[in-house]
Amino acid sequence: MKEPLWKRLPAGSVILEAGSAAKFKTGSWRSMRPKWIEENCIQCLFCWIYCPDMSVTVKDGKRGAFNFDYCKGCGICALECPGKKGNKAIVMEEEGN
Amino acid sequence: MGKIFAVTGNEAVAEALRQINPDVCAAYPITPATDLMQRFSGFISDGKVDTEMVLVESEHSAMSACIGAAAAGGRVATATSSQGLALMWEMLFIAAGDRLPIVMPVVNRALSAPLNIHGDHSDSMGARDSGWIQLYSETAQEAYDNAIQAFRIAEHLDIRLPAMVCMDGFIVSHSIERVEYLEDADVKNFVGKYKQVNPLLDLDNPKSYGPLILTDLYHEYKRAQHEVMTKVKNVVLEVAADFEKMTGRKYGLFETYRLEDAEIAIVILSSAAGTTKDIIDEYRDKGIKAGLLKPRMFRPFPFEEVADALKHLKAIAVLDRADSFGGYGPLFSEICGAVMSMNKKPPMINKIYGLGGRDYMPNQAEKVLDELVEIANTGKVNIIKEYIGVRE
Repeated sequence: MKEPLWKRLPAGSVILEAGSAAKFKTGSWRSMRPKWIEENCIQCLFCWIYCPDMSVTVKDGKRGAFNFDYCKGCGICALECPGKKGNKAIVMEEEGN
Repeated sequence: MGKIFAVTGNEAVAEALRQINPDVCAAYPITPATDLMQRFSGFISDGKVDTEMVLVESEHSAMSACIGAAAAGGRVATATSSQGLALMWEMLFIAAGDRLPIVMPVVNRALSAPLNIHGDHSDSMGARDSGWIQLYSETAQEAYDNAIQAFRIAEHLDIRLPAMVCMDGFIVSHSIERVEYLEDADVKNFVGKYKQVNPLLDLDNPKSYGPLILTDLYHEYKRAQHEVMTKVKNVVLEVAADFEKMTGRKYGLFETYRLEDAEIAIVILSSAAGTTKDIIDEYRDKGIKAGLLKPRMFRPFPFEEVADALKHLKAIAVLDRADSFGGYGPLFSEICGAVMSMNKKPPMINKIYGLGGRDYMPNQAEKVLDELVEIANTGKVNIIKEYIGVRE
């Protein structure tokens, strides 16, 4: 007979696998969605630095699309975005609209 | 074997910590535990231990630092009392849930308000549900012996749980008693080398402590924690048997005194058990078959063994040095739990005594025994829960 589930758990709820947070997709928590307006983007990468969930993808030193598997819609990127000539490169929109 | 000294309870436990030489102590001073950690920090300053002392800004931080150090892979100890333990409260559950074998002497003291620095059990009773093992000590010798055994118990690989070693504030912590110290080498050998389990400082195998676990698995982790508690009893007895081999001093889950052929008995924790034993002797001389049961391990509570030890009695009084306002005293509730399994339940009364360091006097024990004689004769209980030693 198989051991019950509770007997198979690691003691003290220690997670023994490194980097396993990637398996926990938090995108479904989102009620506000960041929208990237590329023409206002100066590629300062503030959004990438500030994002608490590494949801801003960067390739070859340039930012790419948001990774919505992890973006909780916190809005920090939109707040920090300096934009170009007063126009934000990231704005928050209501999810589902 | 050991040498005999005249020391306070705090000095004796500080000496035990010196002999054990933990890797980390994070502590914040609070009466009456201050003196314990102050003496231990003296050992650090004098280079007699290698312990890293972390001075923190509160007991909440003290327990947090202890949790971090234990998760990192260190042998960790701290000490506290009263409001300090209360401030640690949320972190206590984390230490237990993370299965970190921190050892903490608790020098029992009343809780505010009103502000009071003297001994009662309100502090550790408030932490009884935190998942820590709790051992209670009657004397400085027991506090010293329990502190040494607590490391072996807490760190046992079958359990790995934090443990509190309780002694009565001032009554034991600041009174000078005869204490037999073991040789340093014997303590080191008894406690053994610390065995790390999942240390965070093992950088080749990164891991996380304290994850978010919601409705999918939280219930299962608690089920596992409950299971671990059921294993503590055997470990406590195994460690006590080894300790007896080394010292000749016998410890169990509880102590009984003239209980085997008793008709009435008092159940009481810690220092007040000493006074009670004296009065039991007086009543025995008068031909009254009185006895005593003094729990040593309060968490986990040894229900079956206690029930077996009390099953022949005609009346039982449980004396609590803490109240659960709106409920019975915490020790009384446990004894009720033990008695529940008996076919023939003896009548029981609950007395609340000694709060805020009010002296527990021989005449209080006499009055309780007189009432028990009456109850044994008539089978009638008038008041179940009552305060005793209250000033007129």
